[in-house]
Amino acid sequence: MTLPAISRTIEQASRIILGKQSQIRLCLACLLAQGHLLIEDLPGVGKTTLAHLLAKLLGLQFQRIQFTSDMLPADIIGVSVFDRESGSFRFHPGPVFAQLVLADEVNRATPKAQSALLEAMEEQQVTAEGATHALPDPFFVIATQNPSYQVGTFPLPESQLDRFLMRIELGYPDRNAERALLQGESRRDMIAALEPTLTVGDLRDLQRAASAVHAADALLDYIQALVEHTRTSGLFASGLSPRAALALLAASRAWALIAGRDAVLPEDVQAVLPSVAGHRLKPAGESGGGTRLARTLIEAVALP
Amino acid sequence: MRLVGIERARAVWLTGSVAVTLAPHAASLPSWLSAIAALMLLWQCWIVLHGLRLPSRWLLLIAVAGVMAAVVTTYRIPVGKDPGVALLAAFLCLKLLEARSPRDGYVVVFLCYFMQLAQFFANQTISTAGVTLLGTLVTTAALTTLNSNLLGTAERLRMSALMLAQAVPFMLILFVLFPRVDAPVWGLPANAFGGSTGLSDTMTPGSISDLTLSGAIAFRVRFDGFTPPPAQRYWRGPVMNDFDGRTWRVGTARMLSSVPYRVAGPRTFYELTLEPHNRLWLFALELPGAPPENAVLMSDYQLISKAPVRNRLRYSLSAYPALRGGLGEDRYVLQAAQHLPPDFNPRTRQLAQELRSANPDASALVAAALRHFLQSKFSYTLEPPLLGQHSVDEFLFDTRRGFCEHFASSFVFLMRAAGVPARVVTGYQGGEINPVDGYLEVRQSDAHAWAEVWVEDEGWLRVDPTATVAPSRVESGLAMAVPDRQLLPFALRSAFSWVREVRYRLDAANNTWNQWVLGYNPQRQKEFLQRLGMQAPDWHSMTVAMSVLCGLLMLGLAGWALAQRGRLDPLQRAWDRLSQKLAPAGLERKAWEGPLDYAQRVGVAVPRLASAMFEIARDYSGLRYGANAPATRDNAARRLIDKINRLHP
Repeated sequence: MTLPAISRTIEQASRIILGKQSQIRLCLACLLAQGHLLIEDLPGVGKTTLAHLLAKLLGLQFQRIQFTSDMLPADIIGVSVFDRESGSFRFHPGPVFAQLVLADEVNRATPKAQSALLEAMEEQQVTAEGATHALPDPFFVIATQNPSYQVGTFPLPESQLDRFLMRIELGYPDRNAERALLQGESRRDMIAALEPTLTVGDLRDLQRAASAVHAADALLDYIQALVEHTRTSGLFASGLSPRAALALLAASRAWALIAGRDAVLPEDVQAVLPSVAGHRLKPAGESGGGTRLARTLIEAVALP
Repeated sequence: MRLVGIERARAVWLTGSVAVTLAPHAASLPSWLSAIAALMLLWQCWIVLHGLRLPSRWLLLIAVAGVMAAVVTTYRIPVGKDPGVALLAAFLCLKLLEARSPRDGYVVVFLCYFMQLAQFFANQTISTAGVTLLGTLVTTAALTTLNSNLLGTAERLRMSALMLAQAVPFMLILFVLFPRVDAPVWGLPANAFGGSTGLSDTMTPGSISDLTLSGAIAFRVRFDGFTPPPAQRYWRGPVMNDFDGRTWRVGTARMLSSVPYRVAGPRTFYELTLEPHNRLWLFALELPGAPPENAVLMSDYQLISKAPVRNRLRYSLSAYPALRGGLGEDRYVLQAAQHLPPDFNPRTRQLAQELRSANPDASALVAAALRHFLQSKFSYTLEPPLLGQHSVDEFLFDTRRGFCEHFASSFVFLMRAAGVPARVVTGYQGGEINPVDGYLEVRQSDAHAWAEVWVEDEGWLRVDPTATVAPSRVESGLAMAVPDRQLLPFALRSAFSWVREVRYRLDAANNTWNQWVLGYNPQRQKEFLQRLGMQAPDWHSMTVAMSVLCGLLMLGLAGWALAQRGRLDPLQRAWDRLSQKLAPAGLERKAWEGPLDYAQRVGVAVPRLASAMFEIARDYSGLRYGANAPATRDNAARRLIDKINRLHP
C-alpha cells in the first residue's frame, strides 16, 4: 500500500496541477531517487508552478533562478565582496544555495552559465575564488527548458543532459482540466495557502526506503536486456551508459515505492523508462524522438 | 502514406532483396527490361529515401499492361521459360512499387525466392550458386522485417544466416536422396548451347588456330593409375577424309558392332568429363577400347554418341597406346583415303612424284616427307599468312608459316599425291595437370590436327608433322611453342605464376562442383548410395530413407527446442501456459508485457477473469520479482501453478 505521506503529497499536488498525476508521480519519484529533474515544455503550461508546488509540499527552502543569455556564473554561485569593516573579502552566496533550486529556462543562458549550475549539481558544492562552499542537503535542481527548436536557445550537450535523472514533458491540460483551471482561483494563492506534507526528515526516510526496494535478479536481467538492446540493435546512435542503467534502476525503485510495493516490477521500469532514457537516447536515423523511441525500445525487448 | 519506422526498414529491405535478386538476371533479360527494372528500383529508392507516396494503382495497372505488351512483342510468344522469367522480373519490380501491407511484402519475398531459383535456368555454375545464396540471405533477412520485430541490420542478417544454416541438413538429405532424373527438369531448349565452342566437322586453314584463342575447358580427365606423358596424349576427335582443295570434311564411316582390333598391350584407364559441345563425337585417347554406354565406335576409330552432347557428360574408357588399327583395312576406305580433287596444287603433286620415285617403300616415303618438312625451315605460328587457291602449294613453297592444320593438311595432301592412303585427324593434344585436384584439364587451346597414313602390314600410323617442326608443341603445350608476342589466352601465359595458381584453384573448384553437384546423375547417385551402404537404391527405398532422415532431423530439432524450454523453471512454464490458454481469446501476453499490465488487460477484456488474473499476477510478480525466502517460495510457486491450471478462460 502506498505510504500515507506519499499519497497525501500526490493528492495535494493534483489539486493544484490538474490532470497531470503521472507527471507529478514522476517528479516525486525523481526526488525520491535523489536525482535532478528537467522539465521540457512550452512556456505557460505550468512548469514553474509545479516546481514551486513541490518545494512547498516537501517543506524545502526554495530559490528561483531565471536564466538569461547575458547571465554570468557569479549570478548563480554568488560573489565575494570586499568588506570594509573586516578588511577582507566576504562571500555572498548566490541563489544556488537553496534546498530546491528552480533553474528556469536553463537553455536560454550561455554554456558558461549553464555549466556553473550543472557543476553544482554534480559536486553538491561550489567553488568561488578558491574557496569551496558546500550546498545545502538535500539539494535538488528542477530545471525547465523550452523546446530546442525555439529561437534564442543554447541546447544542453548530451554530457550535461545526462546529469538529470529524468526529463519530463507536461503537455497541454485536457479540456476538463483546463475548464477547472479557468474557473478556479489563482494557483499562486493556492500554493501560498498549502501546508507542507513532508518534513526534511520524512523526505530522507523516504529516500532511504526507495533505495532499499528489492530488485530481483530477473528484474536486473530485464534492465540489462533493455540497455543491451540500445547498444546492439543499431536503432540508436549510441546506447545507454552504465550511469543511465543505474539511474533507471534508482528511478524504478522510487516508482515502486510510490506504488506501494516492496519489490520492483517490470511495469515500474517501463513506467519510468521514457523519462529516464528519453533524453539520453538518440535515434540512429532521423525518425522519431526520445519518448517515442523509448516506447519502441520497451516493445522490442521481451521480459526475460 | 509516408513511411516511418518499421515500414521504412521493411521497404529498404524489400528493395534491397529485389535488387540483389534481379541484378544477376540482367545479363539474360532483354536490355530494355533490365533498364526499366533498374529505373523502377531507383524510383522505389527515391520514394523510400524521401518518404514519398507510392504510385497510384492506375499508373501501375498501365505499367503492367505496357510491360506485358512489350514482353509479348520481344518474345513473340507469351509463354515459355524466357518470357516467363522476363514477365516475373517486371512484375516483381511493379509489386514492390505497390507493397503497402505485410501481405504485399510476403508476395515480394516469395517472388524473390522464385526468381533466385530461376537464375539456374540460365546457367548453373558455382558462381551462380554463390550469387543465389547471397540473394536468399538478403531476402530471408527482409522476411524478418515482415514480422514487426525490431532488429538491427546485423541482427537480421545473423538471424537469416542462422535460418539458412538450419536448412542445410535438409538440403543435403534432399540433394543426396531425392530420386534423380537424367534430363534437367525444366528441359533446356537446344539453343541453350548455341554458343558452345569446340571442334567442328570441317577444317579450313585458320579454323583451329581461332579455337586456340579460347581458354575454355574442353574436357577434364582423371587417370586411374598411370598418367601418359604429354607427347602420348592424343585425344582423337573428328577424322577428316574428304578434301575439296580448301576444306577438309568428315567422310563417311561405318558403325562397328565390336572393336575392330584385338585389344592387347599396356592399358590406361581414365574417366573423362566432357563439357557440352552440342556435337555427336566424344574424345578418346588413341586407341580406345570398348565404347561407353550410349556411344559406338566408328570404322575410323572415332567414338560417336547417340545424341548430341548437350549436358556435361562423364564416361569411363580404356586406351591402348601401343595398338595399331587397320591391318586388314577395307579397300574402299583406302581408295577414299587417296582421293584428291584434280587441278589443285601442281607443285605439291610434282614434289610427291619426286619423293615417290626416290622412295618406292611407303615407310621410307613418310620419313622422306617429314625430312622435307624439317629441312624447309617451316615456322609454327598462330598468325599464319592468308593463302590463295593453291593453298598447299603456297604453304609448302612460299609462306612456310602455319599452324597445325596447315601442317596436317599439306602432309596428308602430299601423301595422297604420292599414292599413300592418308587422312587428317582432329582432336586435342596434351592438356595440363591441375596440381590442386590432379585432374588433367584439356582446353580449347589444346585443339590440334595431325595426320594418319596407312602402310601395308603396319596399318594406320599416326604422323604429326607439327611435332617434327615444333617439338615443344606436343611436349610442353602451345604457350611454349609459339613466339612470345602472339595472342594467347591470358591464363595460358606463364609469366604470372599467381594468376596460374588462382586459375588452378578456380578450375579445381569448378570441377568439384561439376563432378559432384551438377554431375550427380542417377548413376553417380546409385554409386554413392551403395558406398554409403544402401543395398539396392531405387526410387522407393530412396523416398523412404529421405522421409525417415528428414523426420529424424525434425525430431532432433524439436527435441532440442523442448530441451531449451525444459531449462526454464516450472513457474515460468506455468506463466507461459497461462498466456497460451488465453491466446485463443486473442489475449496472448506480449513478450514485453509485465504481469500486472497483462492481468489488467485480460481483466478489462474478460471481466469474469479479472479477480483470478489479478491474484495470479500478484502472486507471480511476488515470486519472480519479490524478495522471498527459498523455503516458502516453493510452496507458493506450487499454489500459483495450481491456480493457473485451474483457470478456465
